[in-house]
Amino acid sequence: MKIRSLAAVAVAGIALAACAPGTASKSKSADEQTGTLKVWLYDEANRAPKEKVVNAAVADFKAAHPKVNVEVGYIPTDAGPRAEKMKGAFNDPNSAPDVVEFGNTDLFGYVAAGGLADISADLDTWSEVGDLPKDLKDTTLVDGKTYGLPWWLGLRSLYYRTDVFTELGIKPPTSYAELVEAAKKVRSAKPDMFGIAVGGKYTFGGLPFVWAGGGDIATQQGGKYVATIDSPQSQAGVKAYTDLFGKDICPPQQCADLTGGKTVEAFAAGTAGMAILPNSSRSAVEAGVAKGKYAVVPLPGNTPGSIAPAFSGGNDLGVMKSSQHRSLAVDFMKILGGKKYQLQMFDAMGNLPTLASARGDVVAKDPWLKPFIDTLNAGTKFVPKDAAWAKIDAQSVVPTMFQKVVTGKSDVSGATGEAKTAIDNAFAGK
Amino acid sequence: MTTTTTPARADRPAPAPVRPRGGANKTKSGRRRSWMPLWLLLPSAVILIPLFGYPLYQLGLLSFLEFGQPQASAGEVAEFVGFDNYSTLLGDDQFWDVLSQTVIFAAACVVATLAVGAALAVLLTRVGKWPRLLLLFAALGAWAAPAMTGSTVWMFLFDTNLGLVNEVLGMQGHNWFYEKWSAFALVGVVVVWHSFPFVMISLYAGIESIPVSVLEAARLDGASTWTTFRHVMLPILRPILTIVVIQSIIWDFKVFTQIYVMTGGGGIAGQNLVLNVYAYQKAFASSDYSLGAAIGVLMTLILLVVTVFYIRALRRSGEEL
Repeated sequence: MKIRSLAAVAVAGIALAACAPGTASKSKSADEQTGTLKVWLYDEANRAPKEKVVNAAVADFKAAHPKVNVEVGYIPTDAGPRAEKMKGAFNDPNSAPDVVEFGNTDLFGYVAAGGLADISADLDTWSEVGDLPKDLKDTTLVDGKTYGLPWWLGLRSLYYRTDVFTELGIKPPTSYAELVEAAKKVRSAKPDMFGIAVGGKYTFGGLPFVWAGGGDIATQQGGKYVATIDSPQSQAGVKAYTDLFGKDICPPQQCADLTGGKTVEAFAAGTAGMAILPNSSRSAVEAGVAKGKYAVVPLPGNTPGSIAPAFSGGNDLGVMKSSQHRSLAVDFMKILGGKKYQLQMFDAMGNLPTLASARGDVVAKDPWLKPFIDTLNAGTKFVPKDAAWAKIDAQSVVPTMFQKVVTGKSDVSGATGEAKTAIDNAFAGK
Repeated sequence: MTTTTTPARADRPAPAPVRPRGGANKTKSGRRRSWMPLWLLLPSAVILIPLFGYPLYQLGLLSFLEFGQPQASAGEVAEFVGFDNYSTLLGDDQFWDVLSQTVIFAAACVVATLAVGAALAVLLTRVGKWPRLLLLFAALGAWAAPAMTGSTVWMFLFDTNLGLVNEVLGMQGHNWFYEKWSAFALVGVVVVWHSFPFVMISLYAGIESIPVSVLEAARLDGASTWTTFRHVMLPILRPILTIVVIQSIIWDFKVFTQIYVMTGGGGIAGQNLVLNVYAYQKAFASSDYSLGAAIGVLMTLILLVVTVFYIRALRRSGEEL
C-alpha cells in the first residue's frame, strides 16, 4: 500500500514539476471600443460629493461613447488594504480596472510591478497638457516615460477650532512650542477633546516634524538612497511628533492607533482642537460639527514664524497596462483629469487642481486656500522616488516607528534605528 | 482499564472474523481483506491528493525562489535561491517573537475552547428540553456567525469611545487593544466564542451515544461518578476528543480573521501578529511572496509534527482511534 501511494505521489510530483509558480501572463493590452470600462477611485472620508462629480464625468464620457458602460469602484485609501487591492489587480488582469486613481508616491512601485501603461504619447497630444506645470509632470516620470496624469494636489496644514481658541484666548500657533502650549490648554479646558489629533499610523502627519528640523526618511548618496531616519535631526523630529502623544494632549491609548483618516473624523466630529489635515479634507470637515467653527494656518516649524515643510501629496490618474480598452481609458482619464472636472472636484472636495490655470482660478476666488498656497510656496518634501517606497509604506515602517515610541515599547533612538534597518533593507531589495 | 472497557465491547455484535494482528496472522485471506479499505479510499484520494498536493507543491517551490511583485506581474524571471528565504526568516528576531506568541495564544485558545465546550456539553445532558434547545440555538448562532461579522460585532462592543462595554463599565477612553495581552485576551475570547460550539456539539453527541446499559453496568459494579467518567465515558469519547483536539489545535494555530480584523492587521506596532497574519503581511502587504511561502511551509511542518505526535501518543497508550 505504502509503495503504491508513494508511487502515486511521485507520479503526481513529476507531472507537476513542469509548472512554475503563477505569473500573470504578460499583459496583452487591447483596444476594444465597446464593453465595460472599469474605473477605480479612492474612497475618501466623504465620498458623496466626489461620487457626484465623477458621475457627471461618466455622463460626459458616455455622451461621446454611447455603447460603453462605465463601472466606477471605490477602493480603500489606507496604505495596506489599498496596496493589496492594487496588487490583486496586477496579478490578475481579468479583475483589474482600466483607469485608476493612485497616490503620487505609489507610482514608482506600480511601474516596477508592471502595472501601469506608458501614456507619454497620449498625454503629448492632449489639448490641456500645456497647462500642466513641469515640476508636477516630472513626478510621474520613470526613466523618461510618463505613467500618470497629476489629478489634484493635497497639502497638509493645521486646522484649528476658532470657537475653542477664542473662548480660551489662544492665538493660532506660529512655532512648535506654541503648538504644544495651545494643545495643552485646549485639553485641560476641554477634557473630552484632543489638544491636537495626531495618529501613530499617520505617516504624513508626522513627517513634517522630521523635515522641519532638517531630517528625512532617506537621502540620495551617489545615486543610491540611504536611510537617514536615525540622524540626530530626524530623531529630534520623531521626538517632537511623538511628544504630542500624552495624556495632556492626545492620550496614547486613543491616539497610538489612529490613521490620517481617523484624525479627519475626530476633527470633523468636534473631538479635537487641532488637526494636521490636507486641503482635500475640507468637505469631510464641513460635513461635521466643526463646520463654520474652524480656520487653517500653515503647520508651524521650530522657529517662530517658520513653516514646517509639508508632504507634496496628491493623486494621479493612470491607465492599467492590462487594460483591454486602452483608448477609451485614455479618453476617460483626459475628461476626469481635465480642467472642467478639476474645478468641480475642488468645489466638491477641496482638491487643489494641478492644471496651472485651474489652480490660478480657484486661488483667486477662494481665500480659504491661502494657508495651503503659503505652505506650497514655503517648499515641500517628497518620499524617496524609488520602487522601494511601496514596500516601506506597505510594511508600515514609519507608523511602527512612531507607535513604538508612543507606546513606550522603545525609545526614539531604538525605534529610529530599527526603521533605518528596515528602510535600508527595502532599498537593497531584501 | 481493559477490564472496564470490556462491557462496551461485549455490547457490540461479536466481531466475526478475527482481525489479523501482527505478522503471525497474515494469512492469504487476511491480506486480501486488508486491501479492501484502500480501494474504497481511492475515489476520495484521487480528488484530495491533487487538491492538496498541488498547492503544497507550489508553496514549497515558491519558498525556494526569489519571488516578489516584479516577478509576479512584470514578467521578471524568478531566481532559485535555495534556503535563503528560510535563513532570512530564522535569522529574524521578529519571526521567533511571532512564533512564540502564536504558540502561547493558540494553546490558551485550545484549552479554553475545550474547557468551555466540554463543560457546556455536560450541561446539555443535565438540563431540561427548553434550556437545552436555547443553549443549542445560541451556540449554533455563534458557530454560524462568519468570523468577519463576529469579530466586527465584538469590536463594536469593546470600542474605545463608543463601545457598550466601556459605557457599562464607565471606562470611556480605555483602549482594550492598547496592551498586547489585553488585545490577545479579547481576540482569544472571540476565537473561543466562534469555536466552542463545534466541541460542545461533538462531545454532546458522543455522550448521548454512550449506551445507557454500559453506564448502568458500571454503576451496578459499584463505580463512583468519577470512576464511571474516567474509565467508562472517557475511553468511549476518546476518538471524538482526539478529533476535537486536533481540529482545535489546527484552527487556533492558524487563526487569521479575528486577529486581522480586530487588531487592524497585527496590532499597535505589530504587537499582536500571529504566524498566519505575519505570513500574509510578508506575502501580500510587502509583496514578498517567497518569504510568505516559507512561513507557510514552516507552519505546515509544525502542524504536521504536532498532529503526528499526538496520534502516536494516543496509539501508544493502547487506545484505538
